[in-house]
Amino acid sequence: MQNAEELKAIQRRLQPPMVEGEHTFGTVSDKIGDLALKKKTPFHWFIGFGIAFLIAQLLLFTVVYLVVTGVGIWGNNQPIGWAFDIINFVWWIGIGHAGTLISAILLLLNQKWRTSINRFAEAMTLFAVACAGLFPLLHTGRPWLAYWMFPYPNTMGMWPQFRSPLMWDVFAVSTYATVSLLFWYVGLIPDLATLRDRAKNKYFKVIYGLLAMGWRGSARHWHRYEIAYLLLAGISTPLVLSVHSIVSFDFSVAQLPGWHATIFPPYFVAGAIFAGFAMVLILCIPLRKWYGMEDFITHTHLVYMGKVMLATGLIVVYGYAMEAFFGWYSANEYEYFMIKNRIWAGPYWWFYWLLILCNGISIQFLWFKRFRESTFWLFVISIVVSIGMWLERFVIIVTSLHRDFLPSSWAMYSPTIFDLSMFIGTLGFFFTLIYLFVRFLPIISIFEVRTLLPDAQVAHGHHGAHDDVHDRPNDFTDGVNRAPSREDADLETPTDDRGK
Amino acid sequence: MPSKDSKNNFALLRDKILQKSGKDYWRSVEEFADAPEFEEFVKHEYPQHAEEWEDGLSRRNFIKVMGASLALAGLSGCVIQPAEKIVPYVSQPEEIVPGKPLYYATAMTLGGMATGLLAKSNEGRPTKIEGNPDHPQSLGATDILAQASLLDMYDPDRSQEILKRGNASTWQNFMMEIRARIDENRVDGGAGVRFLTETVTSPTMIAQMRQILTELPNARWYQYEPINKDNEIAGAKMAFGSPAKAIYRFDQATRILSLDKDIFSDFNVRYTKDYNQSRRYSEDKKDISRLYAIETTMSLTGAKADHRLAVKPSQMPEIAKAIAAALGVAGATSTYTENAQWIQAMARDLQANRGRSIVVAGDHQPPMVHALAGAMNQTLGSVGATVTYIEPLQPFPDVLQIDQLRTLVQEIDNGSVKMLVIIGGNPAYNTPADLRLDMNRFKVDAEDREGRKVPLRVHLGLYQNETAEICHWHIPEKHYLESWGDARAYDGTVSIIQPIIQPLYDGKSANELAQLFFRENYDKKDYDIVKEHWQRQGFAGAPRALATSAATNNQTQTNNQSQQTTNQVQLNNEQPRTPSATQNQGPATTVATPMTTSPTNRAANPAGGDLNPAAGAFEDNWRKVVHNGFVPNSAAPAKTVSASGAFMNQPTTPASGVLEISIRPDPSVYDGRFANNGWLQELPNPLTKITWDNVALVSPNTAKRLELNQDVKDEQYSGGSLGTTFVNTKGGNLFSDLVTLQMNGAEVGKPVPMWIAPGQPDDVITIYLGYGRTRAGRIGTDLGYNAYNVQRSDAMWNGVGEIAKTGANTAIASTQIHFNLESPARADDILRVYDLEYFNQHPDTGHQHDHYPDSMYPRYEYTGNKWGMTVDLNSCVGCNACVIACQSENNIPVVGKEQVERSREMHWMRIDTYYSGEVNDPDGPHFQPMLCQQCELAPCETVCPVHATVHSAEGLNDMVYNRCIGTRYCSNNCPYKVRRFNFLLYQDWNTPQYKLMRNPEVTVRSRGVMEKCTYCTQRIAYARIEAEKDDRPIRDGEILTACQSVCPADAIVFGDLNDGNSRVAQLKKDPRNYNVLNLLNTQPRTTYLANLRNQNKEMPDYKVPQVKDSGHPTEENKAGDGGH
Repeated sequence: MQNAEELKAIQRRLQPPMVEGEHTFGTVSDKIGDLALKKKTPFHWFIGFGIAFLIAQLLLFTVVYLVVTGVGIWGNNQPIGWAFDIINFVWWIGIGHAGTLISAILLLLNQKWRTSINRFAEAMTLFAVACAGLFPLLHTGRPWLAYWMFPYPNTMGMWPQFRSPLMWDVFAVSTYATVSLLFWYVGLIPDLATLRDRAKNKYFKVIYGLLAMGWRGSARHWHRYEIAYLLLAGISTPLVLSVHSIVSFDFSVAQLPGWHATIFPPYFVAGAIFAGFAMVLILCIPLRKWYGMEDFITHTHLVYMGKVMLATGLIVVYGYAMEAFFGWYSANEYEYFMIKNRIWAGPYWWFYWLLILCNGISIQFLWFKRFRESTFWLFVISIVVSIGMWLERFVIIVTSLHRDFLPSSWAMYSPTIFDLSMFIGTLGFFFTLIYLFVRFLPIISIFEVRTLLPDAQVAHGHHGAHDDVHDRPNDFTDGVNRAPSREDADLETPTDDRGK
Repeated sequence: MPSKDSKNNFALLRDKILQKSGKDYWRSVEEFADAPEFEEFVKHEYPQHAEEWEDGLSRRNFIKVMGASLALAGLSGCVIQPAEKIVPYVSQPEEIVPGKPLYYATAMTLGGMATGLLAKSNEGRPTKIEGNPDHPQSLGATDILAQASLLDMYDPDRSQEILKRGNASTWQNFMMEIRARIDENRVDGGAGVRFLTETVTSPTMIAQMRQILTELPNARWYQYEPINKDNEIAGAKMAFGSPAKAIYRFDQATRILSLDKDIFSDFNVRYTKDYNQSRRYSEDKKDISRLYAIETTMSLTGAKADHRLAVKPSQMPEIAKAIAAALGVAGATSTYTENAQWIQAMARDLQANRGRSIVVAGDHQPPMVHALAGAMNQTLGSVGATVTYIEPLQPFPDVLQIDQLRTLVQEIDNGSVKMLVIIGGNPAYNTPADLRLDMNRFKVDAEDREGRKVPLRVHLGLYQNETAEICHWHIPEKHYLESWGDARAYDGTVSIIQPIIQPLYDGKSANELAQLFFRENYDKKDYDIVKEHWQRQGFAGAPRALATSAATNNQTQTNNQSQQTTNQVQLNNEQPRTPSATQNQGPATTVATPMTTSPTNRAANPAGGDLNPAAGAFEDNWRKVVHNGFVPNSAAPAKTVSASGAFMNQPTTPASGVLEISIRPDPSVYDGRFANNGWLQELPNPLTKITWDNVALVSPNTAKRLELNQDVKDEQYSGGSLGTTFVNTKGGNLFSDLVTLQMNGAEVGKPVPMWIAPGQPDDVITIYLGYGRTRAGRIGTDLGYNAYNVQRSDAMWNGVGEIAKTGANTAIASTQIHFNLESPARADDILRVYDLEYFNQHPDTGHQHDHYPDSMYPRYEYTGNKWGMTVDLNSCVGCNACVIACQSENNIPVVGKEQVERSREMHWMRIDTYYSGEVNDPDGPHFQPMLCQQCELAPCETVCPVHATVHSAEGLNDMVYNRCIGTRYCSNNCPYKVRRFNFLLYQDWNTPQYKLMRNPEVTVRSRGVMEKCTYCTQRIAYARIEAEKDDRPIRDGEILTACQSVCPADAIVFGDLNDGNSRVAQLKKDPRNYNVLNLLNTQPRTTYLANLRNQNKEMPDYKVPQVKDSGHPTEENKAGDGGH
């Protein structure tokens, strides 16, 4: 017996369980599904949502004022044609990377730990892309004509210019948004069906029912689902790499010193994953605490994400080092000047060092178990990294533009209140969507988490009571369709909030 | 009882207004104010403003509201069609082809000097000013002030109504009152009547004034304007014993010494033209002139000088004496001992060029310096060769203008002036503090709010300015583009001012106002006045004598003249029928005579030529003169003068004090009269690049000593070896310390922002006139400080002073940080300056390889025209004329100070200014006009996502405004940063006057659109159409871009590169030719010819040219990424 326990402990160390606590299929459904279905919404949700929603109004106001007045309300100028607008765009797009990475690449790599974080990571991706998409649209001088960037047949016989990276951006971002949405939605369907089946409220029943698209959980459904999901994962995977590569082309295709660098695509992708994981951590650390999801988003998850952050962060730091090295080694007057100006000689030098502090120094703590395994430090480092990644874009965009070839056109940049309100407004918008997501949809994939349960393992590993009866998918089908296993759940594991 | 119809029938109302004699509607709005129809109409048309209207107090609001409909109804009939059945333009008036502009010769005067112009007229609206290629003071070029005068004409803030004590009145009322008052004054011969004008050289005006003074023998006519020739005239009197005006022939000179004279920012662009004749470098002419400058404040001349010495203003007379001594002027001795080597070496150089050198003294230098310059020229044998003298063009040159003003002020103070007629000018603002004609001067005692000392004051002016405020009557003046007139050019050539458009605001010209004081024939149109004058006077012979006889204008001669004038008056009575009949036929524009050719193909129509001397040929001659814009061969004859050395004993009175203050007119708004001109306000000062403000200049050393502008943060000094900022940063980040400034005990009265200026001598502060206006208009009011407050009649241009920091600072809108191009490689890429001698020995110094790495795209073959441009940096003097010309030609908006602070100025063309060398002893600045380079491989084109910027088949980098969505990517990718973005709606879409002003051939851009230089594509298109009509290729020189045609230095040359014989193709072969940022392989169509420094090796400040290792300096380093 003792040996068995020791064995278990060793196994646990080698292969940490992705679901903590004692859970059955039923408790998982309850625990996650109740967040959406339970009538009583926690008070803190209202506070959080209220604040986020108010801040989102700032965005609404700014956008209206912007469209009515012009981009001159921002601090952009000659020669700094892009500033907060594109910084924020790249920042949000970068954040949007973790979701698809977790969902798609980790799925293909069969990384089980993705299971409990993929759902809201994907939601985060979508919301971040929505925020990101606002900027390229609104940064144009005449946003009502921005549709000209799309290749559509028209009476003018005009096509967009296919040589322009901005054009590629349109394709990359819109494809990414579409595929991410599909991926997310397809993954949601079985859970929506679960919610439909469990919902007591008539309206919820109808809405979830519509969204579930008639999912009955038949074997054929599961079969098709698995294929579709896998295919979407396959499609998404190159997108993870392509989107930020293409975003980086906005810069590297230009001839501006500081932009014109071959290292940008890989370095941007790594930076995006880096920023994305930081944002996932920022979101899931409070979420799991407030909603008691520690069982599903385990400590192990956090540690893994910390490790990914460290790895991608180091790639990013390598990128910084290479940029500086190229500046010097190219022996190009202007490249060298740019690096010099960026690092110590220019007025924005402290942005660079703040960036190094945030992205380079802060992650070094993740080498140490003490920090890596501390939720608090992970949270702090994630926030610091998010700031750092914003600064990185500032350094790339503004400091490259503000001093280019002809000294006569050099200028300084400072944001206006509307630059800030636009940025903060998108944060509000983002968190509003996150709060709505948390309230109305299962934040963790119910059916996928159940695959992690010992119950699910039985079928494969051991010869137990159920093994010969159920194939795995059918098992869930069962669970879903029969789902309100409430009675069973009540008997087996009363959840802590059951009585409230 | 309001008629029912009036509610919805604007026509009825309009008819009622129009019944009032022609264009009286505008000033008679007041009279209609109470008409019930009107009230009804307003209620109906603008219900939300009806209340305001009934309120009676908000007359201004009413006018604003009504402006849109009423102003336009009369401003131009074409904007609102009348309700009546209208008749189309079936028989087209001769010469007018809709859509095709006409050019009319006219002239603009400033300081009495007339520059001949061609005004472009589109369907009767002047839309652009060009120089008159045949006029001696223009030769086709113009300066910023002439260019910007167009905006002045359309200025909605211009005075629009006759005011009596601030209330609207009519010309009839004014005429009645003034006639009555004049008749009262005839009793004592007009003993209480005083006229104050600016410098007048107009023969007609002089004749008119002479007649008035004949009729009112005790009346007096004074002239004063702040920028005048007092010092030159006084200097001539000192040296030669009689007043004289010097005419310089810079084209004949090989050595020029400027004693604080800025020959390039004078209104007289002829000197810049001439200078560049001798300065131009070419393969055939490798010997160019050399320019020495000794000056206080860095000027364009100082910037272009091969050797420059910055000195305190008080030292100047002694320095001039020292130079005179070195040149061997008899009797010259000096106490000045510094810079002896400099002076000696320069003097030797001047002597070696006897008869081909010029010494020229600045207008702000005391008479002594002018006298010395005269003596030096004589010693150098220049008089008669490169310098000639004529009689001064203004009347009574014997009395200095400042003394005339002083006399007037004394007369006012002792109460002997009963009637003061101020014709033009703004003496309530721009007079020295001790002679200021402000309200206090007219007060009998403290309670007197009327100013009873002078019971009647009349002001004629373009604006209801500070002077209008203190006058009983204010008459709106016609702009020169609206009036007939005449004036003399710098050399005395008589120029005719011809109107291009009917007066927008129904003003009166100076001639018309003067005519009112005649005993008879007092109500006359300016056309009749001017024409009849010339009919009497005749074009031949007489003009030359006129100035001289006017010069001695005084009662002493009245006997002779009264005889003559009586005859003339009789002549007047007999003759006026014909011209007035013409006049009645239609608006002034129809009698105006267009230049039938555009300035671009002027060769086809050589103007000038002699007039027909036959007696009955006046009409023919008049037509010819008006057509050409000037009277041929009317330049003043040379005056023989001889300098005596006696004056040299006169003591110079150097000001003593730690800190000297020097006063200068503003390079943009001049003496303040152009303060309400947005183009000029936004035009960067040629050296400091400051817009919308005047500052006080201080040297870097003195700034350090006085701790001015020293608290800039470290980062603002950044740039390291590649760009050390002299003055920290740009735009909204740029703050200047505010100080209180005193000069000779007087306070400026407003905090003065300090500005560190390289090239400024230590312990000297330069302040600028022209700002601190209190009633300039909506643009110019309350900008900057008023330097006239410290000007004193005995210390007009410099004195001692002190400053004290206030602790506050202010944002200054400057368009360029001053950078030092220290890095030789970078300088080589951007701005090249060669030592002439070195360059002549090593002509391959700057050779650029132009075999570029192959591209995967095939090269485009240009089969037709292939446009290109060269800019000669050696010629460019940085005068900014091209910047304004471009703005005017291309409808470029003004963005305002706040937007310039944000670094969003819209100028398509800018003059980049770079210094080199030490902060305290800079070399330069060097000017580099920067405009779209029309790159062959344009970085902007590949990044635009919507094809809004594309390459044309003639090699232009076209900008398709309609297609632009405003991503600004093109601007980010432009290495020259010449693209300009409409961040906001900068263009004024509402003011009706500005709509008339715009060039109809150029799109008016809206917000959110990128714009940039197009090589004046509209002019190319025009020439192409003309050429196609004639079935011939476009001739070289047929297309002049706006910047090219205005350039007084002829630095810009545009043309077809496919035509091997074109000027531009030839210039591209010049060894000085180089591409800016060649390493980027953009293959620009605009290339530059390197600047040259013609240094004198003996000078102590001779800078040894940097000897480069190979014929291809730094090329190896630059092209590290291949290409070889």
